Amino acid sequence: MAIEVRIPTILRNYTGGAKAVSAEGATLEELISNLESRHPGLKERLVDQGNLRRFVNVYLNDEDVRFLGGLGTPVSDGDTVTVLPAVAGG
Amino acid sequence: MRFDSLIDSVGRTPLVGLPKLSPSADVRLWAKLEDRNPTGSIKDRPALWMIQEAEKDGLLTPGCTILEPTSGNTGISLAMAARLKGYKLICVMPENTSEERRQLLRMWGAEIISSPAAGGSNEAVRIAKELSAQNPSWVMLYQYGNPANWRSHYESTGPEILDDLPTVTHFVAGLGTTGTLMGVGRFLRERVPGVQIVAAEPRYGELVYGLRNVDEGFIPELYDESVLTTRFSVGSADALKRTRELLATEGIFAGVSTGAALHAALGVAAKAVKAGERADVVFVVADGGWKYLSTGAYEGTLDEAEERLEGQLWA
Repeated sequence: MAIEVRIPTILRNYTGGAKAVSAEGATLEELISNLESRHPGLKERLVDQGNLRRFVNVYLNDEDVRFLGGLGTPVSDGDTVTVLPAVAGG
Repeated sequence: MRFDSLIDSVGRTPLVGLPKLSPSADVRLWAKLEDRNPTGSIKDRPALWMIQEAEKDGLLTPGCTILEPTSGNTGISLAMAARLKGYKLICVMPENTSEERRQLLRMWGAEIISSPAAGGSNEAVRIAKELSAQNPSWVMLYQYGNPANWRSHYESTGPEILDDLPTVTHFVAGLGTTGTLMGVGRFLRERVPGVQIVAAEPRYGELVYGLRNVDEGFIPELYDESVLTTRFSVGSADALKRTRELLATEGIFAGVSTGAALHAALGVAAKAVKAGERADVVFVVADGGWKYLSTGAYEGTLDEAEERLEGQLWA
């Protein structure tokens, strides 16, 4: 079993249009590196100088990873990771 | 309760217990009924504070035109206050917002400029900023960056909660402008050791995230991550399910964003039960369900309702 990663519309040009892809890794950082090997170019859209990009939000099972441990957040099989651009509410 | 005018009656809303949804006698849920404000939403607080602050600073004088990007509730609050105080109001609002919001705005005399559905409130903000630059005499209160927004909650919502429930352990609210969470969060953190401040962020259909580029994203200027304990993303399905559950079990008829807050509140409550800890979890009922009747959120199966809500801004 792998980890499901949901990709927002704006980044699907890197995944051949797929809404969700699977990847492996023990931490979010490893997961993103694994994604990069399968979908080259994606990592740069998510990570900048070792941190998540400012307008990129990543959720592990619906919880914002910035409050869990950032790129070091542990992930495991069966988890769902959702990537979304930050947008305005209110 | 007696007040000199409608505007003076903003705030002092009830905090009601949820005996059926609370998991145990030690882990209790409380709803802050912000639909009991004059125009039916929590936004009466920031709207009033922003207007009063602008009047104090001499930015707003009688006859002025106020401009504001809003998905609805803030605009409705401003429209009521503007009508009473003699200002003109122009709202920039995404076209994918409910018909009720439009009718209410027009009713109080506001002018609506529609922004494209794709991009959601981001587009409304961008267009309002452009209009503001083109019309220097208009006053943009700008809820996303105006400190009077969070201060309204620091000075009113927060103190009300602590007065009514000194044993509060968690505060949960929807994340939009971030004003409620920043204001109540800062107030409670200064007074309640270990209090947890939890954000429930609406996760919409894909249309709303229709940006051309990730770098076009938007984070409200008011947002300070350090005020929050954590932040959950809640999709329409969970928000709708909880909105209906709140109505069915506790009789509270709330808007869809309240379902998102309740979903997160139930999550932290379950965590407290598991850890064997006492908890008093307060969550915000930002508005009532009236403005969402036309979206079909309360009728048919959940799947049908979710489908109807696809692409709509419900918070």
